[in-house]
Amino acid sequence: MGFKFPTDEWVKEFARQINASKPYEESGKDWEGDWIFIVEADEAYPKTVYFFIGLYHGKVTDAAMIESEHAREAQYFMRGSFTTWRKTIEGKLDPIQGLMTRKFKLKGNLMKVLRYPRSAKELVNCVLRVPSEFPN
Amino acid sequence: MWNFVSPRIVFGESALDALDELQGQRALIVTDITIVRIGVVEKVKTHLQKAGIEVHIFDKVEPDPSVQTARQGAEMAQDVQPDWIIGLGGGSPIDAAKAIWILYERPDIEPAAIGPVGELGLRKKARLITIPTTSGTGAEVTWGIVLTDTAEKRKMGLGHPENIADIAIVDPEMASGMPPRLTADTGLDALVHAVEGYTCTWHTDLTDGLCLHAIRLVFEYLPRAVEDGQDMEAREKMHNAATCAGLGFGNAMASMAHAMGHSLGGAFHVPHGRAVALFLPYSIEFFAPQAPERFAELANFLGFSNDGGEKAARALANHIRDLCRKVGNPTNVAEVGIARKAYEEQLDKLVDDALNDTQMVTAIRTPSVEETRRLFLYAYDGRAVDF
Repeated sequence: MGFKFPTDEWVKEFARQINASKPYEESGKDWEGDWIFIVEADEAYPKTVYFFIGLYHGKVTDAAMIESEHAREAQYFMRGSFTTWRKTIEGKLDPIQGLMTRKFKLKGNLMKVLRYPRSAKELVNCVLRVPSEFPN
Repeated sequence: MWNFVSPRIVFGESALDALDELQGQRALIVTDITIVRIGVVEKVKTHLQKAGIEVHIFDKVEPDPSVQTARQGAEMAQDVQPDWIIGLGGGSPIDAAKAIWILYERPDIEPAAIGPVGELGLRKKARLITIPTTSGTGAEVTWGIVLTDTAEKRKMGLGHPENIADIAIVDPEMASGMPPRLTADTGLDALVHAVEGYTCTWHTDLTDGLCLHAIRLVFEYLPRAVEDGQDMEAREKMHNAATCAGLGFGNAMASMAHAMGHSLGGAFHVPHGRAVALFLPYSIEFFAPQAPERFAELANFLGFSNDGGEKAARALANHIRDLCRKVGNPTNVAEVGIARKAYEEQLDKLVDDALNDTQMVTAIRTPSVEETRRLFLYAYDGRAVDF
């Protein structure tokens, strides 16, 4: 069964994949910082969607679709169009390359993020394991 | 979507003459004391004076430059207010020059936060020229910066595409004074850049050709340059190989040998090229069972093996070890002269630093903590990787 993106069920499955990942548990063992992912409306999807993902010491503490980027407190905000997120979830765009080419925008302590490249890679591996479905 | 960034590259015999036509008021040369002592700074200064440029020198860059050195250089830049910053030397002075330039233009930035995201807004006060005096780092054409956090004994991979040099001057005469050991270490660094640039997950059509040609040049000319430093054909080919490899991996990425080499270098001060070259065959052997194709292509291109698959990848690894031996470089950590006890005491840190190195992101197979530990132990003993 696939999980429709972008929905609450999808982000909860993403969280389940992260919590099942030994490499993420190892690489994120010191990480403290919650994220809000902003999926901006574009020609492929009409509505902007917000996901909260709480990450603490290698585990997801909470994951949910939220109403706005102000609905929960977070230290990191990653913003990109629906199409950019879709390409990332399908493994067609490396999110680090996406940040470097400004397809994604990041707000938060970059210095801290740069110290966890392996965690970032493992999060990508987790997202690739979510069987995702996209609206036509 | 991706970018290919490059400075204007002036290369070949007498390339340094390009400085005679430079437009500007003041230059700050960032270098090290050895480059001053052997008279290279004076040569560059003479050219700049022909262009009517006032010259200031910051010669305090150490091997594996620290964050503190970068800050010190930036303070001098604030005093001097140069419109050109010139990185002159091996990778350390050139990387330091990049960091000094950024901190001069953006004193609000923490050095450890110089990352490839967002805008830096450089070139409001100065521009950057790079002049390599070694043939290997490729730092003259890359935007990467390696600074060492001396408190944590950790090398940090930093940089932003904006901090690419405006002009790289690749004059083989500048490298003609290198002693054989430095020639070997830096030349092997170029080989690792090219192999990893060709095989990392970020390689592209625009970088592949540069990497392939650089690898061929290193195998052909490095032994000659080490054997006879006055062989100017070999010197020039190696200088060009380093720049080609720099453009190749700088617009793709490096990979696991760099991550492990940075980790070893941070803990034991092993010269960069020696460290990364040592780990390259082990990393190829680790990748070979799951993703041998790109390595097999290299083996075929170089005429080492047309068997394809894992067998060809392993043949490549062994030919790289042979080249290391030929130029007098170690092929295992024990040969570097690090005592096993000291190495094992640092093993947790070596593993942790390697796994958290930015270059690990583009490895085609990511090792677990346990696999990384085994890789370091196999590389100590010189055992071919079999897992």
